[in-house]
Amino acid sequence: MSEAERESMSFDVVIVGGGPAGLAAAIRLRQLSPQTSVCLIEKGSEIGAHIVSGAVIEPRALSELLPDWKERGAPLNTPVATEDMLFLTETRSFRVPALDKFMPHMANHGNYIVSLGEVCRWLASQAEELGVEIYPGFAASEVLIENNRVVGVATGDMGITRDGKQGPNYQPGMELRATYTLFAEGCRGSLTKQVMQHYDLRKGVDPQTYGLGIKEVWEVPPEKHRPGLVQHSFGWPMDDNTYGGAWLYHFGENLVSYGFVIGLDYSNTWLSPFDEMQRVKQHPAFRKHLEGGRRISYGARALSEGGLQAIPRLTFPGGALTGDSAGFLNVPKIKGTHTAMKSGMLAAEALVDAMSTERVEPASYVQLIKESWLWDELKSVRNIRPAFARFGMKKGAVYSAIDAMLLKGRAPWTLHFRHQDNEELLAASLCEKPAYPKPDGKLTFDRLSSVFLSNTNHEEDQPVHLRVKNQGLWRTVNWDVFHSPESRYCPAGVYEVVNETSEPALHINAQNCVHCKTCDIKDPAQNIDWTVPEGSGGPNYPAGM
Amino acid sequence: MKIVVPIKRVVDYNIKPRVKPDGSGVETTGVKMSMNPFDEIAVEEAVRLKEKGVATEVVVVSVGVQQAQDTLRTAMAMGADRAVLVLSEESPEPLAVAKVLKVIVAKEDPGLVILGKQAIDDDMNATGQMLAGLLGWGQGTFAGNVEVADGKVKVSREIDGGTEDVSLVLPAIVTADLRLNEPRYASLPNIMKAKKKPLETLNVADLGVDTTRRLTIVSVAEPAERKAGIKVETVSELVEKLRNEAKVI
Repeated sequence: MSEAERESMSFDVVIVGGGPAGLAAAIRLRQLSPQTSVCLIEKGSEIGAHIVSGAVIEPRALSELLPDWKERGAPLNTPVATEDMLFLTETRSFRVPALDKFMPHMANHGNYIVSLGEVCRWLASQAEELGVEIYPGFAASEVLIENNRVVGVATGDMGITRDGKQGPNYQPGMELRATYTLFAEGCRGSLTKQVMQHYDLRKGVDPQTYGLGIKEVWEVPPEKHRPGLVQHSFGWPMDDNTYGGAWLYHFGENLVSYGFVIGLDYSNTWLSPFDEMQRVKQHPAFRKHLEGGRRISYGARALSEGGLQAIPRLTFPGGALTGDSAGFLNVPKIKGTHTAMKSGMLAAEALVDAMSTERVEPASYVQLIKESWLWDELKSVRNIRPAFARFGMKKGAVYSAIDAMLLKGRAPWTLHFRHQDNEELLAASLCEKPAYPKPDGKLTFDRLSSVFLSNTNHEEDQPVHLRVKNQGLWRTVNWDVFHSPESRYCPAGVYEVVNETSEPALHINAQNCVHCKTCDIKDPAQNIDWTVPEGSGGPNYPAGM
Repeated sequence: MKIVVPIKRVVDYNIKPRVKPDGSGVETTGVKMSMNPFDEIAVEEAVRLKEKGVATEVVVVSVGVQQAQDTLRTAMAMGADRAVLVLSEESPEPLAVAKVLKVIVAKEDPGLVILGKQAIDDDMNATGQMLAGLLGWGQGTFAGNVEVADGKVKVSREIDGGTEDVSLVLPAIVTADLRLNEPRYASLPNIMKAKKKPLETLNVADLGVDTTRRLTIVSVAEPAERKAGIKVETVSELVEKLRNEAKVI
């Protein structure tokens, strides 16, 4: 469509994404500069609809942002009471003793088990009170760049039919122009990706490495509920070369959050993160918590694991990257909410500074980050995730204990990531097929019944938002070499191979997509491009996620 | 002519409803809520009548909790001119709503009230009919087509096996069925503009309406889970099973 038809509106700041980073930035902006007009858009149907996290959060950044969060009714209601780190074998579990010494990053004293979706809904209400304009249900699909400066974003057109024509309900997108644009899309944001390419923001930094988290929320009988209990595990069923582990948190009203994270640098093409996640539940250490309960929700999301070494240049003319769009997750701590919020707050400070001096690029952001606790935190744990990548799980664990106990995170060296996750897969003929048990429908489930619980919906009559750039490449690389890894790593059953024996072809059930972004990351030839579908499409995660 | 469109905030149609553990109702805390889809159709129809020049103003009304104002804003983003929120407890009964609407109708004096035929949460299918009864107006329910001309509204009703055309003298009540129209998207510019449209808030207690509950919910249960099917080898086995196991032939 011609751009002349689009309506346009101007703001001081436009924020893309309504997660902890974007909302914290919005709040900070209005706190520091109440006359600044701030518009935040979110592709989910409402704030929180696309938020998936464990989540145990550290309230440090929140306390800096809204010191009276308790009085304001923030949904941080379950303080961590007890925690265990378990090493699993197939049938047994061993508790890591003196956790706060060996794995000090994992110590959760003073932290809270929350539904991050609920926290975001609450943050949104705080932001709206401060005068931030929040528009959920609209996906930013285009970065507006003029004279090499980002001048805002445009939302996608609505009502485009599957074959790309304007349907009867066609509504053109809208230009949201801004002096500064903050990208807070979370891990592997689709616009962040374009901005990184345009300004070559990844030049000179390690390739980003990712993880995929898959989560279920269970409702358990009251007599089984132990609010405040935190349990993590490593070991079985992952082999020594695969980074991954499970979590289980008791929180809220008889709710249990269970989930599994796997490093997307795994090499076995036959591996299925979804099935790994399902089978960990059969381990006695997890089964005993969930049996007798019922599963009420399901979701998945990729996360950045590269840490400090993989953080790109954070600013560009007309804006900045925040939160997991930049990769601020602290992997050994397995927490990113406090760092995301902190980065959003610092970006806000930098924007206010840039506005007062009319600078094109809010460059003071980088300085503010480097002077903050956020940087110290990421710096001290920078070698841990790459140690696991290089030495394997067991030796990696030993290294991380030494790093934490003896070196106190101040090692004079820095370990690096060498490859992108999509380069790590081995050919199907070189890998062993794991034997995954069949779902029993009580404790373990299949993909489709899981996606059903994520309340995922996309308008049916719209172009497929998962774009396979070169179909031929799928056949020669994905099928002939790797035997369609996307049909296994996708936690939502989006990718399906049809006519396997005669003329194999990839069928894409785009309507199932839970927006986790794994395909965009892990596709061996980087041939799958995740683009935003029509706004408000995707999962509708309920409270508890 | 003015059109009043009553709308209800319900659990979003994309959400799989979950029964509360104590069986007292459906879980709504933290669940996405949105406009009842049949009410969206009613709003769309009213806005189209305005665009055709038949109506001069579209007023949307909701009876419920404070958050229902989000639903009213959506209706205004679709094209309604202004909104009235009558604050009450969550999900009042149809009779209470109909009584409140009677007061609003007396105040607004519309030529037409268009409602959704039913709300997707309790599927009562009663408010429109009750309002017609209380007002003594004609009613065209399950509307699949609406035409207004010469002080009358012609409504094609969706009935078993076909349609039934009725002609009502205005003012009248119409309830919208699924095929009446396909509602438009609330576009972002229109959502922004809707923030500035007038929204009046009233209190149900101030309207002199008795909203005492007359219905008691005994229990709410999820439907039984569907059992897995089996594959039969032959036609005769199928016939045998239908005759002796299912006992349907």
